[in-house]
Amino acid sequence: MSKEKIQICEDLADIMPPEYHKLVESATFGNQDRGWKDIGSSTELIEQHSLCAGCPESIAFRYILASLPAPEDTVFVGSTGCTSLVFPHVAVHNIHSLFGNQNAIASGLKRTLKSRFPDVEKDVVVLAGDGATVDIGLDMTMQSWFRQEKFTTICFDNELYANTGGQESGLMQKGFVAKMAPKGKNFEKVRLPEIAREAGCAYVALLTVSKPNRVEQVIKNAVLIAREVGPTFVQLYTPCILEIGKQSMEGLDEMKDSESIGGRFVQKEYISDEAQKLLDSIKIETKERKKAAKEAAKKPVNA
Amino acid sequence: MSHYEVKAGPEAFLPPAAATMGNILPDPGEAHIGGKIVPEEEAYEHAARKILGAKVPTIFPGPLVLWKWNDHVAAKAKAIRELANEVPMRLIPMADYRPKYPKIDAAVEINPNHPNLTIWHNKIDVCIFIGVHCHQANLALKMIRASTNCYTMAMCAMAGHEDACLSFRDADLEKIQRLTAAVKKLKAEGVEVQANSFTQFQMDRSGFVVEPVN
Repeated sequence: MSKEKIQICEDLADIMPPEYHKLVESATFGNQDRGWKDIGSSTELIEQHSLCAGCPESIAFRYILASLPAPEDTVFVGSTGCTSLVFPHVAVHNIHSLFGNQNAIASGLKRTLKSRFPDVEKDVVVLAGDGATVDIGLDMTMQSWFRQEKFTTICFDNELYANTGGQESGLMQKGFVAKMAPKGKNFEKVRLPEIAREAGCAYVALLTVSKPNRVEQVIKNAVLIAREVGPTFVQLYTPCILEIGKQSMEGLDEMKDSESIGGRFVQKEYISDEAQKLLDSIKIETKERKKAAKEAAKKPVNA
Repeated sequence: MSHYEVKAGPEAFLPPAAATMGNILPDPGEAHIGGKIVPEEEAYEHAARKILGAKVPTIFPGPLVLWKWNDHVAAKAKAIRELANEVPMRLIPMADYRPKYPKIDAAVEINPNHPNLTIWHNKIDVCIFIGVHCHQANLALKMIRASTNCYTMAMCAMAGHEDACLSFRDADLEKIQRLTAAVKKLKAEGVEVQANSFTQFQMDRSGFVVEPVN
């Protein structure tokens, strides 16, 4: 894992537009402690995006990309939906799969990367909407968990098919009336975190993206556990402000409301014993590394 | 055998993909000129003549040669620069395939989603794609043929492109150097460069180091 991978050929560097020079020089590739706090001070792996103004999904993208432990060694697998509009703008490798097929693609990709690069830890992260994860792709999603495929699945849950005009999805809440679901939903929201836990995920988290530090911690946990232990799943509430009749500025409030006590998105985590042990050891290791770095910084230069 | 000739456009709002008209890709050791399969050697000379006869010959290096994936790529980039210096040709990068918002700067970059903007802006009459992923090259080549009068060439590292007016296949370092050698040879034989004088732009992280002058 190193920044050396992201380089421009010397002989053609002087024709590259400034944004690429900045990406190479000021992005956080190779920084072990990268996180959401780098947003604003370092070049982000996503600068422009094609989502609606105020879309919480765009915020989620920024936090996730800032939190990946090793973006230079990460491959995203996406699916059809609003997320697929963003991937062309992201400075991380990504594959667009057929709708719902993302976890099947990721399974093959992870195994191939393991075989092709046995000495390098390559992270595979699936990022898809609720339609791809829960409705059309539930079979592939669950089968990958049953098989204990070691990658992270992130679901952007906006509780409907936003990209196609507001059809009912499995993650829509009961009774909700959408533009293309005028009678209201008759069934309860699918309890995907519980399904994920029972299907064998070593780490499961449900939360909104209202608090960047929480998102960072969850994404780091999910990716690091997927490397060592087994499949992990993160469900993030990213409301579609257009489809629920909100204004651009109201996305954050919507998320905060939904995570308050009794809400649909009160943060919860399931962590297996093995995963917990790993997190504990990472915590100790990180603490020691930071302590050593602090002490090294204190020492006089000529000592 | 196909009779569909892949010529410089503008052909139509939506020209047919050459493959659908029956055009086939060259075998190893071959190239195609306008859809006609020819020995590779013939294509080098044809390409060199096109480049030398153009007013604004331009190389569009793609991500496969702009980013230093490995040392071989770095050597290819060097060879591309040598080719550009030898003619001289403009270099306009296709660094990635993002549909950029609000719009690209057509003076200094090309985008496969609307390559005609760069061709129009710079009045490019002959271009060569090197190091562009095939699926994006196919898209861009067809659009260029649709709406511009630019003669397109593809230096493809895989099987070549039916939708280019001229295409090499299996392009590696040596083939780029052979194209440069073909240009040198023609120049030595007295073929004159028709290119308009220009200043190649240069940029760093703060913007222009040298601004483009046409």
